[in-house]
Amino acid sequence: MKFERYEWLAITIMISLFIFVGFIQGWSVSLVILNMCIISAIMTMGVNISWGYAGVINFGVMGFLAMGGLAAVLVSYPPIAESWQVGGRGLGISFALLVVLVIAVMYINKTVIQKRNRYILNSFIIFFGILFIRHFYLNATHNIEDVNPAIAGFLGGLGLPIIFSWIVGGLFAAGVAFVIGKVALGLRSDYLAIVTLGISEIVVSVLKHEEWLSRGVKNVIGLKRPVPYEIDLQNADWFINLVTYLNSSKLNNIIDVGDRQQVLNNLIIDGSGIFVKLSYAILFLVVMLIIFYFANKAQLSPWGRMMRAIRDNETAANAMGKDVVKQHLIIFVIGAAIVGVAGAMLVTLDGLFTPSGYRPLRFTFIIWIMVIVGGSGNNLGAIFGGFVIWFSWIEAAPLTTFIINQLTVGLEPTNALKLHLLDSVPYFRYLFMGLILLLILRYRPKGIIPEKVRHS
Amino acid sequence: MIDFLNSIIVLLNFIIIPGISYGSQLALGALGVTFVYAILRFANFAHGEIMSFGAMITILFTWFFQSQNIGLGILPTALLALPIGIIATILLCIISDKFVFQYYRYQKSVPVVLAMVSIGVMFVINAIIRIIIGTETIKFSDGQKFIMKAKQFKVMTGLNEGLALKSSQVITILITILLLTFTFWFLQKTKTGKSMRAFSDNEDLALLSGINPDRVVFTTWIIVGVLACVAGTLYGLDKSYKPIIYLNLVLPIFASAIVGGIGSPFGAVVGGYVIAFSEIMVTYAYKKFFVYLLPSSIEPTGLVQLLSTDYKFAVSFSILVIVLLIRPSGIFKGKVL
Repeated sequence: MKFERYEWLAITIMISLFIFVGFIQGWSVSLVILNMCIISAIMTMGVNISWGYAGVINFGVMGFLAMGGLAAVLVSYPPIAESWQVGGRGLGISFALLVVLVIAVMYINKTVIQKRNRYILNSFIIFFGILFIRHFYLNATHNIEDVNPAIAGFLGGLGLPIIFSWIVGGLFAAGVAFVIGKVALGLRSDYLAIVTLGISEIVVSVLKHEEWLSRGVKNVIGLKRPVPYEIDLQNADWFINLVTYLNSSKLNNIIDVGDRQQVLNNLIIDGSGIFVKLSYAILFLVVMLIIFYFANKAQLSPWGRMMRAIRDNETAANAMGKDVVKQHLIIFVIGAAIVGVAGAMLVTLDGLFTPSGYRPLRFTFIIWIMVIVGGSGNNLGAIFGGFVIWFSWIEAAPLTTFIINQLTVGLEPTNALKLHLLDSVPYFRYLFMGLILLLILRYRPKGIIPEKVRHS
Repeated sequence: MIDFLNSIIVLLNFIIIPGISYGSQLALGALGVTFVYAILRFANFAHGEIMSFGAMITILFTWFFQSQNIGLGILPTALLALPIGIIATILLCIISDKFVFQYYRYQKSVPVVLAMVSIGVMFVINAIIRIIIGTETIKFSDGQKFIMKAKQFKVMTGLNEGLALKSSQVITILITILLLTFTFWFLQKTKTGKSMRAFSDNEDLALLSGINPDRVVFTTWIIVGVLACVAGTLYGLDKSYKPIIYLNLVLPIFASAIVGGIGSPFGAVVGGYVIAFSEIMVTYAYKKFFVYLLPSSIEPTGLVQLLSTDYKFAVSFSILVIVLLIRPSGIFKGKVL
């Protein structure tokens, strides 16, 4: 694909920001920010696909991210045999009963024609069915949660490499999105926003409180990494040789052998951290570029053209024989799946799964600001939005401290106002985010890199 | 007979009274959301933060009055500070309309864009609140805490179960009745109220009949400011004030407004109580209740709880989803005031 001049400018800005931070605050900080930026960019692309291509609003970002995170746990954590022994059968029975219940409800919906009878019969069956299932279910989960509660107390996972979970996370999120889409996609856009927001809260509260599944608020820690550990690197010969080779000129200047060994050791410790972060960055970058490539391909394809037609005029598209409901569902599911991939990557990067960390402000609204600021309907814009907003989200704190210190330079260091302002530095980033969003919506409603109008 | 009375008291104490006071707070909040939706035609995500802002101003002035030793005796000092909070909240609403919402209204933007804008406003107000008052939990109710303590009730009636009545609950209920009566009287009887109803019913027709849209919008923001500030303060008085809670409160409030039929004030009030009661009833453990009612041979062994209290939050959205599936326009067909 070909980029315009301003798009090259945007890419240059993104790269130079990280180089700048690398020189000012150190390469380690720069890479940490870069990794989160890439993940944010993937989330933003996911939202951008459903909102920018087809105008389907998705405020359930947080829920899909959490599903991706759950996938990371279930794929990579080693299985806990004891838990399966005590609770596996009960869970199996309750799951089978749940399937029976769903089939029964579907059967009733098909056979009973009168609406009122259907409702009464359905609620009757669901109520008693759930009471019945709960009996088995609570027994099983109780047993599972009793297995070694300090470190286990859940079923564990499959023990596979965590990198597989990126795909599984996408599938999990897609599954949840399919159900939500079936239920809610017929609604008007602002209703849809509220409903998806609400359902994502339900998803997160289930993850928080079903301890047999992923330990709930007790968190899962120590997930295996797809990249080497620092401590292994520091003892690996090839890595020590690499560091020595890269810094040979610097090391040769030091004559004393003891000093040289000291400097080398420090370099190796620093280098191992940077190497780990760099490998994460490369992995994430590959995923981002793959998604970017296919998202662009899809947008330029006839399917993408149909999506734009549906977005711009639903009635007309419907009249032309396009199945609007089906296409809305498809694109909602695809968008959610990409967000799910990002969710799995997020947990991979952190190495731990903390359900209570999923908050709508941080994981739904910020992502939406990224979409709006970057430019909905343009994938490069989405990436740019993800990078710029995450970057300012992180760098807002040092910047605010600097500004406050400059403004209150005349005040004494013990001045109450100054101390209070310095205490509330972390909250200024919300102010910045709100102002950025409002300014963009007012003066550049199509985003910084707007969608290209295509006449084809 | 005594057992029966005891079981009724259990229900009153743990379900009905908390339900009514929480429901009143939700109803006031949902009424504000509904007003914005009916007149300005967008879902205002910033409503929770507006409530929080009102409560914050009230708290600041409560502290001021407390430091000056001005109080209301047995009533909480917050009631004295409430009018100032209301004025500040109205100002906030009008300022945010002037600088932000007005532009998009004149542009005739689609509702989704306005909802996005309200998210921006939400962030800004959220930041202002946190910068001013921090994120700590604040208890600011003073005066007499209980109108009736559980122990007093037990002594008075000789029953096993106590009935506690917090003064904040009674204040909540009284103020809600007052405010709702006034709002409905205003909508039905006054000229401005009628013009608001006309405007929400059919904007073009209302404009043709010479109704000034700016005036209608102005009045709407005043009402929204009053409702939001009162709802926020009452919630803070009843539980405790914590800035994060108000963001979480937005969703049950939206759920109430939609369940009742968004755009219908009466529906919003009913929706508030429906959501509040279902949240409490579904997550309450009925063991104590059944122990009194049933003979001891078939007494329940478990907690007799439909869902654990952890899911309190999820209940309101489940109801929202169910209502939207069965009756998308809400219990009372919404859309006009």
